[in-house]
Amino acid sequence: MKIVVCIKQVPDTKGGVKFNPDGTLDRGAMLAIMNPDDKAGLEAALRLKDEYGAEVTVITMGLPKAEEVLREAMAMGADKGILVTDRVLGGADTWATSTTVAGAIRNLEYDLIITGRQAIDGDTAQVGPQISEHLDIPVISYAQNIKIEGDSVVVERQYEDRYHVVKAKMPCLITALSELNEPRYMTPGGIFDAYQQEITVWGRADLKDVDDSNLGLKGSPTKIAKASDKVRKGAGEKVTLDPDESVSYIVDKLKVKHVI
Amino acid sequence: MSLEEYKGVYVFAQQVDNEISSIAFELLGKAKDLAKDLNTDVTAVLLGSGVKDLADKLAEYGADKVIVVDDPELKVYRTEPYAHALSSVINKYKPEIVLVGATAIGRDLGPRVSARVATGLTADCTVLEIGDFPLQPVPGQEQKHNQLLMTRPAFGGNTIATIACPDNRPQMATVRAGVMQKIEPIKGAKAVVEEYNPGFTPDHKYVEILDVVKAVTDTVDIMDAKILVSGGRGVGSPENFKILEDLAEVIGGTVSCSRAVVDAGWKPKDLQVGQTGKTVRPNVYFAIGISGAIQHVAGMEEADIIIAINKDADAPIFDVADYGIVGDLNKIVPKLTESLKAELAAK
Repeated sequence: MKIVVCIKQVPDTKGGVKFNPDGTLDRGAMLAIMNPDDKAGLEAALRLKDEYGAEVTVITMGLPKAEEVLREAMAMGADKGILVTDRVLGGADTWATSTTVAGAIRNLEYDLIITGRQAIDGDTAQVGPQISEHLDIPVISYAQNIKIEGDSVVVERQYEDRYHVVKAKMPCLITALSELNEPRYMTPGGIFDAYQQEITVWGRADLKDVDDSNLGLKGSPTKIAKASDKVRKGAGEKVTLDPDESVSYIVDKLKVKHVI
Repeated sequence: MSLEEYKGVYVFAQQVDNEISSIAFELLGKAKDLAKDLNTDVTAVLLGSGVKDLADKLAEYGADKVIVVDDPELKVYRTEPYAHALSSVINKYKPEIVLVGATAIGRDLGPRVSARVATGLTADCTVLEIGDFPLQPVPGQEQKHNQLLMTRPAFGGNTIATIACPDNRPQMATVRAGVMQKIEPIKGAKAVVEEYNPGFTPDHKYVEILDVVKAVTDTVDIMDAKILVSGGRGVGSPENFKILEDLAEVIGGTVSCSRAVVDAGWKPKDLQVGQTGKTVRPNVYFAIGISGAIQHVAGMEEADIIIAINKDADAPIFDVADYGIVGDLNKIVPKLTESLKAELAAK
């Protein structure tokens, strides 16, 4: 079985976001990590590899620096890494990104493609389903459990108040939730091996069946009109009182606001 | 085909088990505002099996027209037949704007459809308005009027971006649940109902549903609650949520929680508030033992009154709380419950 896992290098938003004086994101000041949902997708692929045997290829689109997450994925157990990088691909929205990644994947053989549900920088959850559309294969989003049965995949697909057990013929694309599993750590041997291995680097010319008009900033139907740091409601009152006074304080406020 | 030929504001009227989801009414409320600005009307697109009777309900919430695609293939949500139905409606009727709820269905359907009809899609919007793009005139660039300006948080709620789709139609957005306002339903309102079936031929993209497993829950949807008593890791244990449940019961509220609580397995996912949980805007939000990570705040900061109790005076939750109490929740919450019980009994 051949599995392709799409991963993205993202700034770690957990510790807050740093800004340049001009209001743009200071990516250099933030730690770059493998997107958590993608890591869960990779872990799911590695578990399928452990259980059924599979070749796992990780692919990322980004700046040359994104090679780091490919090395990390290979140190966890992925077999091959492909970096898609080219100046003309910059500034892509989800349409142009999915077009690019699909164009790269068309060069590969695959039974299963796994992406994270969403990246913590954009939070769109769009690229996975859009890749599946470009490749004309079924998609199962929000996977919370993945099994292989013959030439099909059986997935628990999460919804707000239920899940569906869904069966799809491979090839198929699955988007993974970070709740899916606890990703394994890199092993020292794995880290060593990962740095010995070649990473395949592809540019614009390597993308298959893709029109220039669908790539990069120019090929993105959505355009940013304005971006800014979020203006938040300011802090209100903060008091430190003993428990009885705290209770009276809260009850008073609820009365003033006509809640009680 | 010129962009001007695309007309009307369309809403994907999500239904599950032949019951219209609340998000559909919220979208209709917003669509009405947008349609007014554009001097056009609002169309709901209702997909399902045996759903035609639901059209009147959509009319009551603001739909001028309802397009119904009724087919057995649409009985239970599956990406492909739904994507085929909605794309076919878009290709036939050519709407200017298509709004889809940012639900577990909409966030799967929206991207698939936008890729199929080759247009842009803006995810998880919290503000939609009609305006110019670029916002200010730029020399050498045509300023287009009457564009859909879609505003959304990104970077875990740290930044906010306004996005347009000036050169492709329709302009598509998924919209976060719980943000847009429904209108007061107009009893007896009728919409023009049009049935359309594009034909469904199952192919390799049609998946098979082996089972539907519903979460067993007897609790109110936290998105509908007027008062939420929300607990975080600071509550300490699943057993200790009892003190929050007691408070909720006395004040007529519902218990919700932070992601840490769900991750620890103390509470089910459907009670989770925040970026990866639900967006809530109750009248009162008690944040008890919740530190207030940005991802949590993104899901509750629109609450009218936020009351935070936390023993850490530096917890970021105090930056958004209207009333912050630095103290021990184990001492304060039970006393608060007793005090409120007495207050309410005296009324």
